[in-house]
Amino acid sequence: MATYMFLLFDDESWWDDLNDESWQAAMVEHQAFSAAVEAAGARILGGEALQRSTTATVVRRGAGDVPPVVTDGPFIETKEALGGYYIIEADDLDQALTLAAGCPAGTIEVRPVLDTGGDTSS
Amino acid sequence: MTELVAEAHRRHWPTVLASTVRLTRDIDLAEECTQEAFVQALTAWPAGVPDVPVAWLTTVARNQALTALRRGATLRRRLPDLVVDLDEQPESTDPLRLIFTCCHPAIAIPSQVSLTLRLVVGLSTAEVASSLLISETTAAARITRAKRKIAAASIPFALPPSDRLGERLEAVLTVINLLYATGHTARGAELWRRERTARALSLGRMLAGLLPDEPEVLGLLATMVLAEARGEGRLGADGELLLLAEQDRNLWNAGLTRIGLDIAARSLELGAARPGGIDRFAIQAAIAGLHATASSWATTDWPQIAIMYDALLDRWPSPVIALNRAAARSLVPGADLSAVLRDELAPLRTDPQMADYTYLPATTADVLRRLGRLPEAAVEYERALTLTQSEAERRFLRRRLAETSRRRPALDPTALPSSSAGADRYGAGP
Repeated sequence: MATYMFLLFDDESWWDDLNDESWQAAMVEHQAFSAAVEAAGARILGGEALQRSTTATVVRRGAGDVPPVVTDGPFIETKEALGGYYIIEADDLDQALTLAAGCPAGTIEVRPVLDTGGDTSS
Repeated sequence: MTELVAEAHRRHWPTVLASTVRLTRDIDLAEECTQEAFVQALTAWPAGVPDVPVAWLTTVARNQALTALRRGATLRRRLPDLVVDLDEQPESTDPLRLIFTCCHPAIAIPSQVSLTLRLVVGLSTAEVASSLLISETTAAARITRAKRKIAAASIPFALPPSDRLGERLEAVLTVINLLYATGHTARGAELWRRERTARALSLGRMLAGLLPDEPEVLGLLATMVLAEARGEGRLGADGELLLLAEQDRNLWNAGLTRIGLDIAARSLELGAARPGGIDRFAIQAAIAGLHATASSWATTDWPQIAIMYDALLDRWPSPVIALNRAAARSLVPGADLSAVLRDELAPLRTDPQMADYTYLPATTADVLRRLGRLPEAAVEYERALTLTQSEAERRFLRRRLAETSRRRPALDPTALPSSSAGADRYGAGP
């Protein structure tokens, strides 16, 4: 078993067209994803939808006593912005990639979670 | 005894490693245990060489792995996996699992190639570097990066599911092709490395057994089989390697040629039925087939080969293929050699990838010679001589150079062109 974070990236124009109908449609997609994960014998350990990138604030830590600089976010301006994440437990990368292919987002980064408990020597 | 163990290392290392990886899933640990098995063979075999060395080596390596796994704290977490693994015996497709793992799309492509040559073929890091024309530091870095990715992202040691096999194939075919090519082509005074070409062939056959309807798999296998068919013709009286143009075709293995042609035909048939049409390995097989069915260099169907190179260049834009096409076009009876020189060879000289490529000046020299421009031809032969790393080529080029200085300018369209070396190599890939 291995744990991965799925970082979901999307075009943010979805937010401009947001209404009850589009919201429901998105929920249906995510529920289908959830069902697919379960059917595959994998688990969703966590996840959240994030508010759009214009709502973000960035804190940049300086060296030594220099106070952090706070600015309007996001950290990096990209065409596709980070819109949410899932934490998935899967057998291996192949299973994770198969699940990611069914995850509702334009682009998904699949990042292994670092195991901070127990022996890290291997 | 050391020679016997070294020989076993050459032949069995990937098989033993693959079987051990199946158990450990940790490649570094598997490599250590595999190496340890060979070290133990050095002390144990003098007392009696086992009947089946590969079985002995595999058992020792796997026992080493089990001991290491028991000692490690990883045991607690891995216990459920371990119970399953103990029941799993090594499988004959383990080396193929290893190659698919090494060629996983999550691994950067340059790293896939380096890792496969290291783990599946058993090349040392230095040998990987010289096969790929990269520095040893780069080769080492790519291999380490790939292993880390496999461990960190939990890339499984498994064959891809059947609906994914096709797409995972491209990288695997490239690596097997490269493996064959590095074994087939003479470097320095080295005879051709048959254990390497044999390994590439067995991997190719295994792949064809798994994927009998994949045109590209069959295309690659056909190309390798047709190259093997020429085996007896490749060596001259003194054991030196002969170029394709120089070989006695009566020595070619007719049976193997027939097999190769059958596989090539099937590859083309299957490829033509695909949405994209025939692809590069099928085309390479077709070119190899045209050479195999020609009774001599001079009577080879050069126009058809040139057309094949058009198709190949379309799918695989590469200056090497453009050069091979130029060579084929120059060999078509009645070819406009000045046009080939001006429109096809001259532009390649400005390509930085071609700066150290022997066959460009060699082909240019040949065309100049046939045009009667002997002093210019001599310059190109000399340039080719400084670039070649092959004894066979060096001999051939020196002979040509000597002839160029001796003869009066005259057109000689039937003489052996030095591009033969390019076409021969081409049988196994650029």
